[in-house]
Amino acid sequence: MSIRSEAAAATATAPTRTCLADIARGGCVEVVGTAENADPQVARRLFDLGFRPGAHVEVMRRAPLRDPVIFRVADAELALRRAEAALLLVRPA
Amino acid sequence: MAHHHGGASAAPVLPGSRVFALVGSPNSGKTTLFNALTGMRAKTGNYPGVTVARYEGVSRVGGVDVGVEDLPGTYSLEPISPDEQIVAAVLDPDDAANRTPDAVLVTLDSTTLRRSAVLLAQVLARGLPVCVVLTFTDELTRRSGRLDVEAFARAIGTPVVSVVAGSRAGVDRLREVMADPAGWSRPPLPPPTDPDSLTGWVDSVLDAARYECPLADPRTRAVDRVMLHPVWGTLVFFATMYAFFQTIFTVAAPAQSAIESAFTSLAGFVTDHVHPDWLAGLLGGGVIGGVGTVVTFLPQIALLFLLISLLEQVGYLSRAAFLMDRLMARAGLEGRAFVALLSSMACAIPGIMATRSLPSARHRLATMMSAPLMTCSARLPVYVLLVGLLVSPDARWGPFGAQGTVMFGLYLLGAVSAMTAAWVFSWFGDRRGGAMPFYMEMPPYRLPSVRSVALSVWEACAAFLRKVTRIILVTTIVLWLLLNLPARGEADLAAAGVDTSSPTAVSAYVLDHSYAASVGKAVEPAFAPQGFDWRIDIGIIASLSARETFVSTLGQVAAATDPEDPTQALRSMTVQDGPQAGQPLFTPPVVAAMLAFFVYALQCMSTVAVLRRETGTWRWPAIAFTYMFALAWVMSAFVAWLVGRVT
Repeated sequence: MSIRSEAAAATATAPTRTCLADIARGGCVEVVGTAENADPQVARRLFDLGFRPGAHVEVMRRAPLRDPVIFRVADAELALRRAEAALLLVRPA
Repeated sequence: MAHHHGGASAAPVLPGSRVFALVGSPNSGKTTLFNALTGMRAKTGNYPGVTVARYEGVSRVGGVDVGVEDLPGTYSLEPISPDEQIVAAVLDPDDAANRTPDAVLVTLDSTTLRRSAVLLAQVLARGLPVCVVLTFTDELTRRSGRLDVEAFARAIGTPVVSVVAGSRAGVDRLREVMADPAGWSRPPLPPPTDPDSLTGWVDSVLDAARYECPLADPRTRAVDRVMLHPVWGTLVFFATMYAFFQTIFTVAAPAQSAIESAFTSLAGFVTDHVHPDWLAGLLGGGVIGGVGTVVTFLPQIALLFLLISLLEQVGYLSRAAFLMDRLMARAGLEGRAFVALLSSMACAIPGIMATRSLPSARHRLATMMSAPLMTCSARLPVYVLLVGLLVSPDARWGPFGAQGTVMFGLYLLGAVSAMTAAWVFSWFGDRRGGAMPFYMEMPPYRLPSVRSVALSVWEACAAFLRKVTRIILVTTIVLWLLLNLPARGEADLAAAGVDTSSPTAVSAYVLDHSYAASVGKAVEPAFAPQGFDWRIDIGIIASLSARETFVSTLGQVAAATDPEDPTQALRSMTVQDGPQAGQPLFTPPVVAAMLAFFVYALQCMSTVAVLRRETGTWRWPAIAFTYMFALAWVMSAFVAWLVGRVT
């Protein structure tokens, strides 16, 4: 899948990989791609939900036990669990 | 249409008439548009995934009737759930099982266009004639966003109609467009569907339409600052839940007692004025008594649906699900299952129907299989009766009343058991579907539509009365017959040495030699470990149709003068035969065992029927009935033994 190739390209330039789950509340990042170990269907769904390479994501707030997290992406607010957020590779916006 | 609560039935679409399919993301205003086009009753709401069943209706367009099909809400045509597979299959011209629509209406929420444009691209790639319906353009303007609709139509190459909820102009314009799908413009080239080029296509279309994304809704942001705050949000959540149950149990109480006394006086009137006596008994005790028991739960059902519908349409249910997701994850479920389990505290039927909003088939099944363990309102009269037999109203454990504490414990036991069952079913569930990501949209807070809230309450009440009264009515009549037949003539009674001048002695003899007594005595050995005698067994067999019948059956069996309050008559009941003959029947171990039995057993044919309808096979209701009955038997035997040891 071509999202993967971008992810690979990103890792080649940046030595450390940051995933969306690691971003603190209030942080704004840009999606680079999905992790290689992501299920293709899950990767595709995250793409369709707006987590596309180049998309800006804002970490809005966390649920009381820190999971799930609400993100603002593609002009909508969407909750993801950490497990899914960990599949999204990001870089500072 | 089995998918609705039961109120609406789809008018038949004439063969040969044109069919339009409605496609859109959850919360895109698709169902509202469907209602506006067809005038048909369908539930609309803010909770993502309300429309996950398939609805069809008829709309009048340019002087002819056309069919409109409301497809389940979806974010993508790359299906990962059964609902989404339906959408993909219907829009697939090569799929022979589903009729391909003649044209497609795609609803796009203009405030989230950057995301939903991807769904549009996937629909356009199918090659069917497409018309885009833009929704919430008023909200887009209010939130300082902008879109040139004409330029947007040119960029995507299809007709675009803007429809604002509550305004007829847009719908009328859409009807004009729908009159001639053959004349709809089509894009010269279908948009790309591979992820890389798709992003470019979306950007170019939105640039051409001079799209400026809306600012975050300031109202929603301000409210969420409290509602989703780790501390305040949790407090608001518990306050909401507390108010929810308080309202259901206290606000409904006056209406419930009014209905109850109305039925009691009606039964009294019938008993006094109807002849012969057996008919009066059947009508007064059986039919009116049985129906009355059920109808007293109508105010609770109405209130429950009113509150859930309001919370859902305002947008709070998605927030509650978000707050509860972590807890539900412990049981292998997800936040949305919480809503279904919450509904099950009134009745498992709406709870099971609420599982339609779960995208994962495995979660949905696990939730459906555990929902009947939540303490539903039908268990309430049984618990009240049995707890009254077990603990005295004056007993106190520390600062708490003993009766209230036992009741609370029973509710807690139900909830814990449901979560455990969900965990087991989720663990052993079908994992072939692959990992289903959890994602849930937090829609902006929106004012609920009075019409859809009222429709939701009305449909729930009508369905409740229609379905449940049928079952209760039939069961009560059958029971009355079984308890009163075979009929005994004066000669029979005299031959058996019964004092025919005493009505109590006569009815006791008739009862002890009735068909029901034979059945009860036949199953008596099965419930020997619990200490149940044949009279309790009859009550339990009757309660398999609906739990409430246990109370009225025990009342009939105890030949209580007042079947609505058989507690006093029951207290004095004694064991009839065997080594314990003459000793009290309702000892603490027996009553505790009955309570345990009612916590676990699936004694509700309506629930079985709904499980059959929602899963499409008899397999799951059979499994649910069996596992819950086995649990009920084991737990009641264990409790009888345990309480016997302690007391």
